[in-house]
Amino acid sequence: MLTATDLVFRAGRRALIDRISASFEPGRLHLIIGPNGAGKSTFIRLLARLLRPAEGSVLYDGHDVARRNERELAQCRAVLSQAVEVAFSLPVRDLVQMGRYPHFTARPGAGDLQICEEVMQFFDVTDMADRSYGTLSGGEKQRVQFARVLAQIWRPLGDATRILFLDEPLTFLDIRHQIDFMEKVRTFASQKDVVVVGVVHDLNLAAHFADRLILLDRARILADGATREVLTEEHLRTAFAVAPVLLTNPVNGRVHLAFEAGVPPEDLKPVEG
Amino acid sequence: MKGRRADRWCLVLLFLLMIATTVASIRYGAMDFSVHDMAAAAWGKLSGNPNLPLDQRIFIELRVPRAILCLLVGACLGVGGTLMQGLFRNPIVEPGLVGTSSGAAFGAALFYVFGALLKISFGGWTLPLAACAGGVLSTYLVFALAHTRNEGRSSILLLLLTGLAINALFMSGIGFLSYVARDPAARSIIYWNLGTLSGADWNSVLVVGVATFGGLVPAIVLAKPLNALMIGEDEAVALGVNVRRLKWTVLTINVLMVAVATAFTGVISFVGLIVPHILRIIRGPDNRFLILGSSFLGGILLSIADLIARVSLRPAELPIGIVTAVVGVPVFLSLLQSRDYLS
Repeated sequence: MLTATDLVFRAGRRALIDRISASFEPGRLHLIIGPNGAGKSTFIRLLARLLRPAEGSVLYDGHDVARRNERELAQCRAVLSQAVEVAFSLPVRDLVQMGRYPHFTARPGAGDLQICEEVMQFFDVTDMADRSYGTLSGGEKQRVQFARVLAQIWRPLGDATRILFLDEPLTFLDIRHQIDFMEKVRTFASQKDVVVVGVVHDLNLAAHFADRLILLDRARILADGATREVLTEEHLRTAFAVAPVLLTNPVNGRVHLAFEAGVPPEDLKPVEG
Repeated sequence: MKGRRADRWCLVLLFLLMIATTVASIRYGAMDFSVHDMAAAAWGKLSGNPNLPLDQRIFIELRVPRAILCLLVGACLGVGGTLMQGLFRNPIVEPGLVGTSSGAAFGAALFYVFGALLKISFGGWTLPLAACAGGVLSTYLVFALAHTRNEGRSSILLLLLTGLAINALFMSGIGFLSYVARDPAARSIIYWNLGTLSGADWNSVLVVGVATFGGLVPAIVLAKPLNALMIGEDEAVALGVNVRRLKWTVLTINVLMVAVATAFTGVISFVGLIVPHILRIIRGPDNRFLILGSSFLGGILLSIADLIARVSLRPAELPIGIVTAVVGVPVFLSLLQSRDYLS
């Protein structure tokens, strides 16, 4: 269980996150959507404690993360961000092993190595284990990074919930890899002791995969709930200033969005309040 | 892991190579010693003979400490370079680029010019202390000025340019001091700026030895967090690294090692730059190998450079900083051309 209470984060005087509270349950896939500058990335970085809030608190299993040390936290919380730049080119296997860093002191144990092999299998990167990271394509790199991140929290921890954050992990991937990724995330998120919170840019992809959507707009939560409750015409007009056409995906019965072009801005007037 | 085993063999090989260059370095110089001479001198010293012949005393009191100092200073510069490159995630950083060496040189120049005037003296320790203080001051200045408000990150370009400016400032200070200084002091400043190991004695070996091991041991422990830093600051934090603490520890170790080494030998450039780079080509960027490896290879390269410095103009000596620069500049330039490192 992951709970955020009254989070505030400012850059200068401007609030990037303005008193947001939310809680996230295990076994479900939570996706955060919203227009550019709404505070999605800041929100997820606060939840992951990559940033410290000016006010409010984040609790993992009821414990305030502000008081935990880095390593302890890293044993139950992993973060995948959009483009990881590696300063010196490493073999893929070494990079994936980094995911186990919070769990061993000097060198990886047999269990750690076993986990790395399993994760590489899961992401289908075993073949490139000995290749240098710099020689991989963009999609392959992201798969390797995902393997590294999941290696961190691959096995259940007993009493502690494992938490996975995804900060726009699909950028730079083609549609096949995007779907493939999301399928894997959903498989991982279906475990009873795993909380997954992600930021996704593509609304249709979010609609397709999310168990719950959180729509951020101007540093606050505009809507939060099931896909159909969140992706309404009113919400989309307010947040994105577009004219949406709500369709139903014939395959899975979920919402599918199209957009009307050429609508004059005054007709898109967001509902203030 | 076969990779780790190969690393271990590589370290053993480097260690043996270091022993070999050290033997060569104590054998040749202004005066060559045969193995028999060396054994006789060592035996004479160990058996406590007070009346060693002059050549044997030269060997014990100058040649051997000089060879050991070479290893220690080389190790300091090599490890300092590896740590800085790891911290800044960039292979063109060396301790000199962030001001440590020019600050230390300025401290030393101040000592040469004003040391006699001021009544403060710590005996043989005054010069190293002055150089250390200068090194710490200039490094601190560079980092304080290169610190952006952008979440406390020092961008590499900003850091290099600030380093350039601070280096210029301290170099002009050194220039001014050597301009106003009278002759013995002025010559000392110039000589010291070019780097030399001719001042080596057992006392300097002791001090630099303490700094070398005092820096190397904690540096080895930092290998894992430095590895994590390769994939980025946020990623390292997500992997449980306290990046803030890591930064300060690395900078402290680097200033300790480089400023103390520079204090006794003067400015020796490019060793800290090239050593980690060569090792990365041989075995990859894993800091668990790189840190210990660069202490060995630093010693090896500096021993070879010192040997060249001593034998090329026999019986006179070339300043070692000239040797390392002549070899180092082409390597540095080819590095700059081979990839875009300034991002």
